[in-house]
Amino acid sequence: MTSNLETADNPEQLERIVIEPLTRVEGHGKVTLLQDENLHIRQARLHIVEFRGFEKFIQGRPYWELPVLVQRLCGICPVSHHLAAAKATDMLVGATQLTPTAEKIRRLMHYGQTLQSHALHFFHLCSPDLLFGFDDEVRHRNIVGVIEDNPEIAKQGVLLRKYGQEVIRLTAGKRIHGTGAIPGGVNKSLDREEINYLKKDIEQIVQWGQGAVELIKRIFFEQLDYHMSFARFDSNMLGMIGAKGEFDIYHGGLRARNADGDMIFDHVDYTRYSDYIREGVKNWSYMKFPFIESLGAENGWYRVGPLARVNNCDYFSTPLAEQQRRIFREAGHGRPVQASLAFHWARLIELLYCTEAIRELLLDPDISGKDLLNRGALQHCGIGVLEAPRGTLFHHYEIDADGIVNKANLIVSTTNNNQAMNESIRQVANSYLDGNRLSEPLLNQIEVAIRAYDPCLSCATHAMGKMPLEITLLNENAEIIDRLEKRVTGEIQRCSS
Amino acid sequence: MSSKNTFMLDGVAIEFSEGDTIMDAALRSGSYIPHLCHNPEFRPHGSCRVCVVNINGRQVSSCTQPASAGLEVDNSSEDLVQERRNLLQMLFVEGNHVCPGCEKSGACQLQAVAYYTGMLSPQYTHFFPQRSVDASHPDTAIDFNRCILCELCVRASRDVDHKDVFSISGRGIGSHLVVNSPSGKLGDSAFAATDKAAHVCPVGAILPKHRGYEQPIGSRLYDRSPISIVGDVAAHESDDQGDTHGR
Repeated sequence: MTSNLETADNPEQLERIVIEPLTRVEGHGKVTLLQDENLHIRQARLHIVEFRGFEKFIQGRPYWELPVLVQRLCGICPVSHHLAAAKATDMLVGATQLTPTAEKIRRLMHYGQTLQSHALHFFHLCSPDLLFGFDDEVRHRNIVGVIEDNPEIAKQGVLLRKYGQEVIRLTAGKRIHGTGAIPGGVNKSLDREEINYLKKDIEQIVQWGQGAVELIKRIFFEQLDYHMSFARFDSNMLGMIGAKGEFDIYHGGLRARNADGDMIFDHVDYTRYSDYIREGVKNWSYMKFPFIESLGAENGWYRVGPLARVNNCDYFSTPLAEQQRRIFREAGHGRPVQASLAFHWARLIELLYCTEAIRELLLDPDISGKDLLNRGALQHCGIGVLEAPRGTLFHHYEIDADGIVNKANLIVSTTNNNQAMNESIRQVANSYLDGNRLSEPLLNQIEVAIRAYDPCLSCATHAMGKMPLEITLLNENAEIIDRLEKRVTGEIQRCSS
Repeated sequence: MSSKNTFMLDGVAIEFSEGDTIMDAALRSGSYIPHLCHNPEFRPHGSCRVCVVNINGRQVSSCTQPASAGLEVDNSSEDLVQERRNLLQMLFVEGNHVCPGCEKSGACQLQAVAYYTGMLSPQYTHFFPQRSVDASHPDTAIDFNRCILCELCVRASRDVDHKDVFSISGRGIGSHLVVNSPSGKLGDSAFAATDKAAHVCPVGAILPKHRGYEQPIGSRLYDRSPISIVGDVAAHESDDQGDTHGR
């Protein structure tokens, strides 16, 4: 399934074009393109140039700190890490079932998080590409340009995000890096005043959510063939689904489909994720490459996130989102929709779902309940999985008898999309860049392909201990005079230049 | 009010009794002097130096300085407050005080005093010492990263619990808290969660296990009012800040 642009045969003879930093994505990354003398692209890679060591430095810390510590991985979707770690610590404290209040407060927090993250991504980061075109002037192709040309759209984006953050603030204590979810439950519910505050604007928020889906559909259908073919490729898709096959981003089983929509596995207990998912390492990226073990590294890589979730689920439990899901699936003509830009479409259907789900929960008396915690006997191993805005998020911890963490494994949403993002830029390179003298608008198409995934590059880099490293020594004429390579095994070898 | 039994604290007359320190009299009158190692339940220690005040151009620790009639005590001049900020910065950089991830955040006396004095960020180089967490006791954990060597646990264990569980070992910058047990672990000591020593730590070094962040943001000790109004952590130890079941 992988394309042939990962590694060129003779990189030293090719011209190197670097897109750095990638803009309008979370975190730091770059793309390198190698182009031959006939302007053909021979190699295209997405590199993640920053490094996180959370799996290592939470070792030695007490388990009850985990939901608060690990959320510092990210400032955009900390709630996802907060809740995934909380779910893992639920297992650690023997809480097999949360109280209704605890589960619903956590869901409310998660829907608020997904709403604000999706609004941020679409309106602030991606709408300039989609509203103005990929080749629009750089100084206009940004959120300021959107505010100038489409003030109503910009306003709705800002206020949708604000509403999501207010939901987070009231359930977690702070808009960013709160403390609401604790092992076995939550530390607060909502009082009447807080519920009324959120109810006040929810109808408007749902309405704007509908408007967002209509906006992306209008953009998409204006150039349907182009949008359906841009960075399009077949891939497997992985995501969480509810017990009845419904869309569920907080709890459920794992479902993977192949490119034709056939089931690879379904309703898998996520605590057994390591029986199904493996992680590969490549010597040119700090980000790992997960794959479905039964299919192998070459064919088993997959996509996660909105595109996978909306393709994978059988239905949405809320009426407006379900109506939009059906329209979306019709675009696939019986197969999963594989267009990378359809991520945006799916993302806004999810945004609409979150507004509806928040509206439902605000009418549920359980969210002001007083029974917040449920704990049993301490366990050795805890695994928490949920669907973060960017895709399936795995947190896995092991503790000693004193409650101290001695092992951690995080498979972060963006990591799951690593191979897919690389495939996307190779598709774009092949389709639009190959044979051309490269220019900013052409290179922006590479970034457009990556942005579709809403990658959070900061969260996704954590290959500590297995990190390959290459050190190249150049002389004053930029000629290589020495090169050392540390392999994933830890072995250090001098390479011939 | 007889001038014989008063001194002036920042221009305000403070009444005192025989045997009072400046700190005793100030606290009783409702005047706040920042402090960390002082706890009125224990003999004054004078080690943290945060409570230094100026008396006739001389700096003294108010928790050990006997009050006397006619003293002119400066508790708020900019130079003095800057000295306190410097001391607090040193305390922050000598340990590993990571407020954003600390469960004591919002209810920590070190953090509260830092806010009160305007010490918002250390300018000294962090030591980043290699310290561990001792969670060997079933009910209580010690995070040595956060210890500020106030010796309140040492004093409580020695003077109230009569167990001598804690002591300070080493000298100078190498000083550190140790546990009196064969293994050096709290779980092997005579310590019990009901001991006085379990309830006097002004920072997040000695904490009950398994509770973590049960107190929501917004209702922690110093979330609503500064330490000058709320008072010390130890004064609120009887408040139940962890039971969320009935909230």
